[in-house]
Order: sequence, then C-alpha cells, then structure tokens
Amino acid sequence: MNAIHRNEQQALARAVLEINVNNHPGVMSHVVGLFSRRAYNVEGILCLPLGNGQHSRIWLLVNEDGRLPQMIKQLEKLEDVITVRRHGADHAVFSQLEAFFQA
Amino acid sequence: MTETLTGAQITVRLLERQGIRIVTGYPGGAILPIYDALGQSTAIRHVLARHEQGAGFIAQGMARATGQPAVCLASSGPGATNLLTAIADAKLDSIPLVAITGQVPRAMIGTDAFQEVDTYGLSIPITKHNFLVSSVEELLTVIPRAFQIAASGRPGPVLIDIPKDVQAQAIEVSEWPAPGQATPAPTAATEAIAAAAAMINAAQRPLLYLGGGVVHSGAARLAVDLAEKANLPTVMTLMALGAMPVDHPLSLGMLGMHGARYTNLALDECDLLIAVGARFDDRATGKVAQFCRHAQIIHIDIDPAELDKIKTAHIGITADVGQALAALLPAVNENARQIWVDRIHALQAEFPFHMPDAEQPLSHFGLIRTVAACLDNEAIIATDVGQHQMWVAQAYPLRRPRQWLTSGGLGTMGFGVPAAIGAALAEPERTVVCFTGDGSILMNIQELVTAAEQNVNLKIVLMNNAVLGLVHQQQTLFYGERLFASQFQAMPDFIMVAKGCGIAAVDLDQAANPCAALMEAIARPGPCLIHASIDAEQKVYPMVPPGAANHEMIGH
Repeated sequence: MNAIHRNEQQALARAVLEINVNNHPGVMSHVVGLFSRRAYNVEGILCLPLGNGQHSRIWLLVNEDGRLPQMIKQLEKLEDVITVRRHGADHAVFSQLEAFFQA
Repeated sequence: MTETLTGAQITVRLLERQGIRIVTGYPGGAILPIYDALGQSTAIRHVLARHEQGAGFIAQGMARATGQPAVCLASSGPGATNLLTAIADAKLDSIPLVAITGQVPRAMIGTDAFQEVDTYGLSIPITKHNFLVSSVEELLTVIPRAFQIAASGRPGPVLIDIPKDVQAQAIEVSEWPAPGQATPAPTAATEAIAAAAAMINAAQRPLLYLGGGVVHSGAARLAVDLAEKANLPTVMTLMALGAMPVDHPLSLGMLGMHGARYTNLALDECDLLIAVGARFDDRATGKVAQFCRHAQIIHIDIDPAELDKIKTAHIGITADVGQALAALLPAVNENARQIWVDRIHALQAEFPFHMPDAEQPLSHFGLIRTVAACLDNEAIIATDVGQHQMWVAQAYPLRRPRQWLTSGGLGTMGFGVPAAIGAALAEPERTVVCFTGDGSILMNIQELVTAAEQNVNLKIVLMNNAVLGLVHQQQTLFYGERLFASQFQAMPDFIMVAKGCGIAAVDLDQAANPCAALMEAIARPGPCLIHASIDAEQKVYPMVPPGAANHEMIGH
C-alpha cells in the first residue's frame, strides 16, 4: 500500500486562497455562495478585519479541483473583492490554528 | 443649495438625474414612501404592471431595446420574490437592469415581520451585484454605483433593497453625485490582436461566431466589416441574431441545437473559430468535446471569466469586443477564400434548411414569414419561450441588432408580452411584434391589461397548438411518445380574454382572408392579439438530441 501521510495527502490536494474584501455584512455570503452553488466544499474559513476595519481578509482552505481557476476568476468579478491570491496548502495560516481544532 | 429631502425623494431625484424617464413597478407597503415621492416627479413616468414579474420584464424590454439600464420597482416580501425570475433572466442574458425593492424598517429586519423576506440573500446569486442600504446617506453613493455596475463591462442586473425607514428619513443634501456611467472597458493587448490576426490570415477554414456581446457592445457593424474583409462565414447565437443580417451572403444563421444542418456541419469542418462576445452555451455547442473539434479557437470577451470556462482558447482576449474588432480589422488581410466559401455553398446546397409550408399563412413558418412580409427592419421582434421561439429564430429575417428580444439563457416562459410592452414604451415609434405560444402567454397574461392601459403599439401573434410544444416534442421523440402534462385539457378563449383585457383581437382561424386580416391587424396602431391555430405535431427541426454532438442532428 502506498502510504502517504494524511497531511501530505492534504497538502497535495488543497489550496489556500487569500481574499481581500470590503468589510460589510453581505460579503461573506457573496464569497461562499460562489462555492456552495457549485457544490464546491469550503474546508476552512478564517476572516478578520484589516487596519481601520474598512477591509477584511478572508482565508479559505479549499480542495484542489479543475474548477479552481474558474472560481478565482469568479471571485475576482465580485464587486466587494479587491484581490485574490492563491497559495499552496502548506501556507501557515490554517496549520497554526490546529490547536483549536482538536477533537 | 442645501435641501432637506427624504431617502425616497433622494432616490427619485437620483433616478431623474440618471436620465431615467420611465420606471415600471408595483407598489406595496414597504415601498410606499418612494411611490409617494415618485408621484411628485414630473420627469419620470411610472408604468404600473399587473404583477412584479411583469414589471421586471417590462424593464428588461426597455433595456434590451435601448441598451441603457432600465428600472423596476417592487415592495418587500412577495413583491421582491416575484421580481426574482426577471432578474435572473437579466443576469443570464447580461441585461442592464436596476431593481429597487422596499424592505421592512431596519429595526424589524430579522423579526419575521409582515412581508419580510431576505431579498438581499435571495438576490445574491442572480444579480451582478446587490445592496441593502443601511442609511439614507448611503443612497447618494449606492444608486449611482448601481447604474455604473449595471452598465459597465459585461452588463447585468443590480438590486437595491431599501428599508422603509431609510426611505422616510430626511437629511440635508447640498451636493449631488454624478450619474453612474459605464466605466471604460479593458482594451485588447496589441500582441494578442496581432497573433489573432496572423491566425485568421493563416486559416483555411475560419468561422466567425458572434454572441450577444456583439449586440451589447454596439459592435455589429464592425463584426460584419471583419467578416466581409476576410470572407469569414458567420454563425450567430440566439442572442446575437440580427448582428449580421441573417440573409447576408456570409451568414449561416443560428448555430446549435436548432441551427440549420449546414451551419453545424460548417462548424464541424472549420479550422479556426473566432468567438466574439459568445460564451459557448450548451445549446450552442452541443457535446462540447465534439464542438469544432478540428478548430483552433480565438475567444474575445469583455468578461475574463468566460475565457477558458467551457473551451480552452488558443488566444484569449479580454476586451470590449467593439474595441477588439476595430483593432483586428486593419490587421486582417483581404482574402477571397474561394475554396472555403465554395465548400460552404456546397454544404448549403446539400443540407439546406427546410421551411415546409412557408407559403401557407396558417402554418407555423408561413405565419412567421407573412408577419415579416408586413414589416420592415425597424420593427422589434420579441418572443416567448418554446417551439414558436425557435421557429421565429430560424425563419424571421432579422437584420438589425436590438431588433430581436428573446429570453436566451434562462428561457423564461412569460418573458414575451411584458418585454415587448417595455420595448414599445421605450421606442414608441416602432411596431413591436411578440410571437408567443398558448403556454407562454398564460404565464404573464395579466400584462395584456398593462398593454391596453398604455396603448402600446404591440401585436401579439399567438401560435396556438394547445400543447406545450417543446415538452410535447421531447416526450414524443425521447420518452416513448408518453405524453404527460403537455397537452392542455382546457383552453381559454384567447380572443375573449384579449377583449376582456381591453385590447383588440383577431382570429386568423375565422378570417376569410388570413393574410389580409393579419396585415390589417399589424397596420392598425395600438395593442392587438392575433390568434392562429397551428398543428401540434409539428416539430422544431433539425434538432441536436440532448447530449449529442452538433453534427449528429435529427430531422431534416
């Protein structure tokens, strides 16, 4: 059996998106709605305001999928999305939170 | 000068400053402050629909005929939910629409208040953008921005949800924002244009594939110029019909599911596909893997998300298609392309489009051709959704962009009558014809009253086969002839319905001379229903069966 460590498998199959957005009550719905309406699961979400609170940064952990480039283009079309950056699953933002997610 | 104005008055003033002269809608509790302010406006005429969905499609008809954003209004709750279908329809066909809905007062949001619904949440997936206005001051930025978003780039619907207390609250206004206008579109990269031109110049069997974006961009003339200069045989999507006159020597008409056989076969043979403002919709492409399987692809679209969405382009260009075509035109060589043009003519001769009984005015094709013979290119042709829509798309000699109003992406039955009313309101000097079916017309039949009240110059041609034609056709062909829920057992007397709603009606079935009766009905100003029975067994042919490739068409 080809034993790939669980974390390694995740690292191969996942991506982290860093999305800077305007900070108002509807933005999260706009962002996650793009995924949910395509039955594209979002594995992790993290969001906090930036600086004076006019903008927020949303971090999404998603599965790598052939649709991801299209998802990024759709995110970039949203009026409240300022920038989208794609990172590998090895990005520290979610791994540093693991202590909060022990079963 | 500083004025003290309520949110409702500010809203109406911003619409006036935006140049809006007609709005359509339906009042209700949560939008009454805006209606009260609207009643005081001398610049804006309000057209009362008889259902919010009708209002949404009336606004769409205005926007489709003129290319400018149009406005519809509805109250909270059911008013807003009734608008949703028309908004979704505008999204899929990229129509600039600004929908303004009333909402319960801010303090009551989230309490299941009377006629409260999450309009903002409901409209997220079907709008280009939406707003829930949280203060009266915000109106001054939100409303111009809504128009800017609706008109910019790829056009689309924008919804503004305004709580009743925001409409009622007064503030001092000393300065007005500029009206929202379309922002400049991205321009094509010079290298990409040069590469595309080189590809076109080198191609043996190129085809030009025009979509609705050509109409939205006002680029029809440039598209025809390009086709003529390089001798590019041209196909059009349902949305692009009229961008090139369908009887132009280079026109192959509509492609896809109900395109002519020679059209789809030409696509199957082409070695270069130049897609302009088109999105490779499944009804156009058939089985995608087989679509233009020998061709390289140049794809030009204002929306970068359309590039590589369905088909990977060899050259993808994000630009306003008008600008891109203007840049491409001088870089493309004149080319007689005789072998390919001859091959197209051979395909047309071998696999022609059949229009049986076109000389019989009471056949489906005959009726459409007879209506066309009564009109010139200035007329506007709207349709509902169904067999009649496809027959009109196949047979009507559309020759002008914005001549043709049809629900393409969403395929909404009930679109036709209100959209045609909107077009007639926006362009009262034109004759507007709406082809409809006995299924579709019933979906927004109440708007006949609106047509009567507004006395619009609208001729509704009702092609009545007493069945849901496309459903009947699919059940006959693909479901073992098990006809279920597609045949109407009871049928209203449409002549009496029309007269009851206050519009003239003519029954061609009863006319001694149907041609003369039709001509007279079309020539007489004002709204009129023209009824004709057609044969329920007629199919829309040729047809690409669901899941098949375009070259695997059935029917002649």
